[in-house]
Amino acid sequence: MNEPNRLLLSGDEAIALAARHAGVALGTGYPGTPSTEILEHFSELGGHAQWSPNEKVALEVAIGAAFGGARALCTMKHVGLNVASDPLFTAAYTGVSGALVIVSADDPGMASSQNEQDNRRYAVAAGVPMLEPSDSQEAYDFMWAAIELSERWKIPVLYRATTRVCHSYTVVQPREKQAAPKPASFERDIRGRVMIPAYAKPAHRRLRQKLAEMQEWNETCALNHIVEGGQSLGIITSGISFMHVREAAPEARVLKLGFTHPLPMKKIAQFVKGVGRCVVIEEGDPYLVEAIRAASIPVEGKADMYRFGELDVARVRRILNNDLSPEPTKPPGKPPQLCDACQYRIVFEALRKKDCIVAGDIGCYTLGVLQPFEAIDSCVCMGASLGVGLGLRHVLPPDQARRVVSVIGDSTFVHSGISGLVEMVYNPPPNGHVLIILDNATTAMTGHQEHPGTGRTLAHEPTGKVVIEDLARSLGIRRVHVIEPHVGSDEFDRLLTDCLESNELAVIIARRPCILIAKQLKQYEANQCECTADPALAS
Amino acid sequence: MSKVTNIVVAGLGGQGVLKGTDILADVALRAGYDVKKSEIKGMSQRGGSVTGDVRFGKRVHSPMVPAGEADFLLVLEPTQVEPHRYMLRPGGTLITPEAVQASQLPNKKALNVALLGALSAHLPMPEEQWLDSLRSGFAESFFDGNHQAFLIGRAGQKRVK
Repeated sequence: MNEPNRLLLSGDEAIALAARHAGVALGTGYPGTPSTEILEHFSELGGHAQWSPNEKVALEVAIGAAFGGARALCTMKHVGLNVASDPLFTAAYTGVSGALVIVSADDPGMASSQNEQDNRRYAVAAGVPMLEPSDSQEAYDFMWAAIELSERWKIPVLYRATTRVCHSYTVVQPREKQAAPKPASFERDIRGRVMIPAYAKPAHRRLRQKLAEMQEWNETCALNHIVEGGQSLGIITSGISFMHVREAAPEARVLKLGFTHPLPMKKIAQFVKGVGRCVVIEEGDPYLVEAIRAASIPVEGKADMYRFGELDVARVRRILNNDLSPEPTKPPGKPPQLCDACQYRIVFEALRKKDCIVAGDIGCYTLGVLQPFEAIDSCVCMGASLGVGLGLRHVLPPDQARRVVSVIGDSTFVHSGISGLVEMVYNPPPNGHVLIILDNATTAMTGHQEHPGTGRTLAHEPTGKVVIEDLARSLGIRRVHVIEPHVGSDEFDRLLTDCLESNELAVIIARRPCILIAKQLKQYEANQCECTADPALAS
Repeated sequence: MSKVTNIVVAGLGGQGVLKGTDILADVALRAGYDVKKSEIKGMSQRGGSVTGDVRFGKRVHSPMVPAGEADFLLVLEPTQVEPHRYMLRPGGTLITPEAVQASQLPNKKALNVALLGALSAHLPMPEEQWLDSLRSGFAESFFDGNHQAFLIGRAGQKRVK
């Protein structure tokens, strides 16, 4: 529907297109708003894309691909990088043979997240270069640049986008020429890839050396540019904030940073010298302003009140005017709800009726915290329902402990609930514990992605399937129940009561496919039946 | 700075708010403008409020329409008018479901397209470009119904240009 060579793309789509054009051999990730569409689009464009059970595994698979000399892409939302941080820090030491680009899609303002952490801090902590695009054209161009940087310095690159870059559609002109990277091939490099202390010590020095070289290179790098303007006001900015700045202060001289770690401090110092007043405009943490001030360069930052939430044109104007007056509050919209026919409703009604203490998790079902249910007592991070529920069971007096239930969705269970289930078996509380797995056969909240429990790949093709009840039984849990909750039936209530009163470990799998994808599921299943004719897939 | 046209579309999940902004942005792109479209859609499938911003002109910077600067506010659901009214600039145009007679629509689902029709009467892009976008933005079988809904919306507005 677009003119040739002038496309209207979201930032996510632009990243996927560049990855495809640059010959990325493998894209891995775990769904998470606002990053999900990158791999979906990459797959639609014919790229090899895979959902992993979680971000840590996704990054490890991508590291393997990059060790093999291929160009690899790994995508996740900001909190996903917490899960993947273990391999990230050491991959910075090992470096890569091919290219490795890690997309962290941050969510300032928490449109759909449990926190608004600023992952620019990870670039510093892990010691990896970082690029930050401002619109879809840069999302496209910077993906190419990230691959080039990664190959040149043989290092993973953190590609940090935000919700407004990922989900805004802006005009993109792609490159005419696509890349044909050299084929993957293994080259042994034991001292470079095996991080025992004897080899990791020189690897750390190599990393610092690479960062020093990159910093020097960044001083004249085209990923940063200056928008000319008057001398009285200078603004240093990056990411989406640049766009707000251009509109809020069209008269200002602007240093727009695209390569934001390690920072080009000489360039910044020179820019600051050339303007009267210099203000750093950045969303979220005071990352740029702290680094610039630590280099003894005098700049103004924003007031603390602007650390919360997204920036926009109005807020940038306020920052520039040193306006500390209370901001106008937006009228509340209508909050989302569990769908009318959702199976989770029956579960949350039962939990509420029994006054259960519910350790919840991340997904659609987190909406059970809102009216009319108000039946979730905690939600921390992916998989935390198990650990938090068990911790409560261990310390609460028996009359309270017996009411504690952990509630988790199918995709979240596979993501990081499995280790919690192992904990439950290994350190059982004195009065047992009850885990409810809400299995709607999809990753619903992020837009219905597949996961290892559905038995279908990212592209909805049949593959190996993790059967949750078999997994639970294999760990030695005797009470494993699979039930389809029905409106007007008290079957679920009775089962829950039995399990709570048993003082044993129990897993209840409440299974019913999400009603929003009932039609698609039928189609996938029909496809699957046709495929079982293939003996390799029939198990 | 050359004038940027700001449009906010608001409604509830499932009403086709984002589809509406897709069409609108596509029409502006076809007409040769710089275009940006921004949306918050994480909760859209759960019946919550959904809004999309479309901005077009010679050069657009921020993808978000600043509060109080929308030239047009298109609202698909009456309860969503008040929560979004603050987006409209003084003298801006509010287009609500009242702009079309629901009984005339080929089906209820086509309200988003009918309201785009109403909006189109205020914008410089030619009718043919709108129809091209409607043709390529939906499955072919929806075109006749959408065409009809679009014309109903468009005819309902007093021509201002």
